[in-house]
Amino acid sequence: MIPAEMFLAALLLPVITAASIPLARCWPNLRDGITLVGSALVLAAVVALASEVVGGARPRLHVSSVVPGLDIAFAIEPLGAMFALVAGTLWLANSVYSIGYMRGNREPRQTSFYVLFAIAIASAMGIAFSGNLFTLFLFYETLTLSTYPLVAHKATPAAMQGGRTYVITLMSTSIGLLLPAIAITGYLAGTLDFTEGGILDGTASSFVLAALLGLFVFGIGKAALMPVHFWLPAAMVAPTPVSALLHAVAVVKAGVFAIVKVIVYVFGVGTLATTGAGEWLIYAAGFTVLAASFVALRQTNIKRMLAFSTVSQLSYVILAAAILVPISVTGAALHIAAHAISKITLFFAAGSVYTAAHATEIKQLRGIGRRMPWTMTAFAIGAFSMIGIPPTAGFLSKWFILSGAMDTASWVAVGVIVVSTILNASYFLPIVWRAFLSSPEVAHGVSPTLDHGEAPWPIVLALTATALGTIALFFFPGIPFGLAELVGGW
Amino acid sequence: MDDQLPILQVVLPLLGALLAALFRQRSIAWLIALLVSWLSPMIAGRLLFLVLTDGPISYQIGGWAPEIGIEYRVDLVSALFLLLVSSISAVIITMARRSVSQEVAPEKTAWFYTVYLLCLAGLLGVAITGDAFNAFVFLEISSLSSYALIAFGKDRRALLSAYQYLIMGTIGATFYVIGVGLLYSQTGTLNLGLIAERIGDVESTRSVLAALAFIVVGISLKLALFPLHLWLPNAYAYAPSVATIFLAATATKVAVYLLIRYLYSVFGAGFVFSESPVTEILIVLSVAAMFGASLVAVFQSNVKRLLAYSSVAQIGYITLGISFATVTGLTGGLVHTLNHALIKAAAFAAVAAIVFRSGKVRLEDLGGIGRQMPLTMAAFVVAGLGLIGIPGTVGFISKWYLVTASIEQGWWWLAFLIVASSLLALLYVGRVVEVAFFREPRGPVAAVKEAPPEMVVAAWVLAAAVIYFGLYPDLTAGLASDAAEILLGLRP
Repeated sequence: MIPAEMFLAALLLPVITAASIPLARCWPNLRDGITLVGSALVLAAVVALASEVVGGARPRLHVSSVVPGLDIAFAIEPLGAMFALVAGTLWLANSVYSIGYMRGNREPRQTSFYVLFAIAIASAMGIAFSGNLFTLFLFYETLTLSTYPLVAHKATPAAMQGGRTYVITLMSTSIGLLLPAIAITGYLAGTLDFTEGGILDGTASSFVLAALLGLFVFGIGKAALMPVHFWLPAAMVAPTPVSALLHAVAVVKAGVFAIVKVIVYVFGVGTLATTGAGEWLIYAAGFTVLAASFVALRQTNIKRMLAFSTVSQLSYVILAAAILVPISVTGAALHIAAHAISKITLFFAAGSVYTAAHATEIKQLRGIGRRMPWTMTAFAIGAFSMIGIPPTAGFLSKWFILSGAMDTASWVAVGVIVVSTILNASYFLPIVWRAFLSSPEVAHGVSPTLDHGEAPWPIVLALTATALGTIALFFFPGIPFGLAELVGGW
Repeated sequence: MDDQLPILQVVLPLLGALLAALFRQRSIAWLIALLVSWLSPMIAGRLLFLVLTDGPISYQIGGWAPEIGIEYRVDLVSALFLLLVSSISAVIITMARRSVSQEVAPEKTAWFYTVYLLCLAGLLGVAITGDAFNAFVFLEISSLSSYALIAFGKDRRALLSAYQYLIMGTIGATFYVIGVGLLYSQTGTLNLGLIAERIGDVESTRSVLAALAFIVVGISLKLALFPLHLWLPNAYAYAPSVATIFLAATATKVAVYLLIRYLYSVFGAGFVFSESPVTEILIVLSVAAMFGASLVAVFQSNVKRLLAYSSVAQIGYITLGISFATVTGLTGGLVHTLNHALIKAAAFAAVAAIVFRSGKVRLEDLGGIGRQMPLTMAAFVVAGLGLIGIPGTVGFISKWYLVTASIEQGWWWLAFLIVASSLLALLYVGRVVEVAFFREPRGPVAAVKEAPPEMVVAAWVLAAAVIYFGLYPDLTAGLASDAAEILLGLRP
């Protein structure tokens, strides 16, 4: 297969999957089988594509010209290949997990769930491969639209409220800020294509560029930079596989991916560094890293705590990109992958605990490690990666970000990383500690149900796989690291 | 044959109306309307083709030269509107039979089709004629028949709304004809082309300025420019569903055509936009429509009224585009006229199907309708995405042109107002979607089935057009951009 075919396969297979699932709606096993086969094929395609890209292939495809200046076009570069690799890999893991979770919890309307999930993956692939801002915006919006019904899936008043917050926040930022930003970029630069070194060099004053960067980073609400972060905790009402999709597979990753892409290929690292237009972003991202960690520290609900942890971790990526040196940009790209695989492990574990023990609060986790050793070991590995303890993937990306910050003597960034590591440790480690070392009997106020074991096997299988992946990424960074190096350009 | 096409375009529906009235039998009347509605877009398509290959067509009725006789003139702009009106009518009539039988009293059904065809003839006539007074005649044919179409509604409030519309519409028509009279007194002709040639000598006179004011206000009443829109929500809400689709998609659009024709071709952009405060007035009123009417739409409980207020808001985008007097802006206005016609036709067609099955139009009665009628509601969702302006739908194309036009002018604030107002569309579309899909179907809705195939197909043909022209807008935005250059005199 030539690279162009691989990326078309990665883009179209989820669409085909989405189209075939309703045909099998009367046979749940066949229906879920279609999802598994589709996601396995997508995984094969993105792995093949990623290794081609590491080898230097840069496939392009011009689909159509909508109106002059607005083209639907795809161009694959290392960062996009990395995002596609993350989304493709985790879709398979998430599909296995979903089957266990959706059946285990007897969720309604499973057919539309899998259809929308596949459309969301197709949108993520479209974002990853987009060759210009318009194509990115197109798929960014389809991703929002396809995930909105997933967030509101339970159709309870709380779920509908969460869905409303989700879709209104994301669309008002994307239409209200990102769309004007794109139009202004087109007006200033005369093109919307992602280009090495950026397209905005010398087109406007540094003040205009700084304002434009603001429109982009807040317009891309999926990156959850404060104060546009509140949709993420609100979306926690969704079923756990959807939370995993939001936090790891596609949605927030699409956000930070788009921001890194805009910084590297629209503004250009060099342009931002010489004009100083990106300096404020270090402070904005640094504030979000710390503030979100503080909020996470105070949460009592497992999923809400994980949500704020995500907000914090996403801003690591933005912070790393804003440091504007190759090594930190590599760290940003790597952190997209590292955070994705560790955070999905944490969500899988949280969902596993919910399915088996119906526990949603942190205090209900006391002693649960003895009955659910697989789940809680995976949780521990994910937590270590969040903190950045070797041998986990999180250590690797943090190391690069920190090196970049040291190299440029960006002491604000260094300080943020050090303090947030301490904060991460102080809200993750006690959970791990209590899960294994406290006995459930001493828990006061709540009476845990003790007659449960592990969650259904597809859930355990999925979370074990992603936990192993978190460690494997440390020892064998291979393709992801190759891609990340190319993004940094050194 | 080609020579006689311009007159056939108008005569065919007139003749159809006559035949339908003579037969007075409802299935035959429907068949006549169907035949006429399918032939009309073929004529319009041929006319567009001829205009694109050979340039504008001039047809002199009875062989009398323009100074004395009436001239029909088809250029790119009018050909586009002819094709729009006639194609939408073809789709609507195809799905109309069962909906009309249900919503209109049996003895009046044949009359409904008669009046419908008269209305079609009037709308096509406005778009094709090159004569100021003839345009008035056709405008009144279409308006009078729209009042009747609305009054066919079974709800008794339909009569009152038709009456409201009649009063407002007549004031508009009177203003228009006063303006035409003033122009005639100054130029000595009623032919639009000749007026445009002669107006240069007299354009700074008060009479011409007064004519401009009367004509703009008169047409603004017909196209429901905020705050002259008060007739519209009730008219759309209580008319029979088929009439609502037709009027929403075409009637105001033809008035937009007439406004563009007068501002750009007759008075001339150079005069209108430099000598008079039309730009400022239109921008203020358009922005007020975009926000005010959208905001009202958010709080409507009747789906038809909700869409009607949305129409007032969308007309604001159209007039905003017209007010720029630049190629990009005018393209945006023109293309949004076409796009909004498609969007609203799709949305109202879906609503017509829902009314046909459930008999309900109030939001609180429609909980879970999306689960019972997934195909119909999916078409509605596509139309809704078009209203919001999601990329991949026609709504985005319009918005892109308008935002770009604002940035080109250096009016950055306006670009943000445009995108901000489209967020209100997100709210009112979102309300319907949430009720339709995330509530359990209860009561009568629980027994509702998917709409009959012809309605689903009609709604989906329109919804597919909303997506198709959002991705391949050569026929809409491409031609609109050419038309804008012609109107601004940048090419012949």
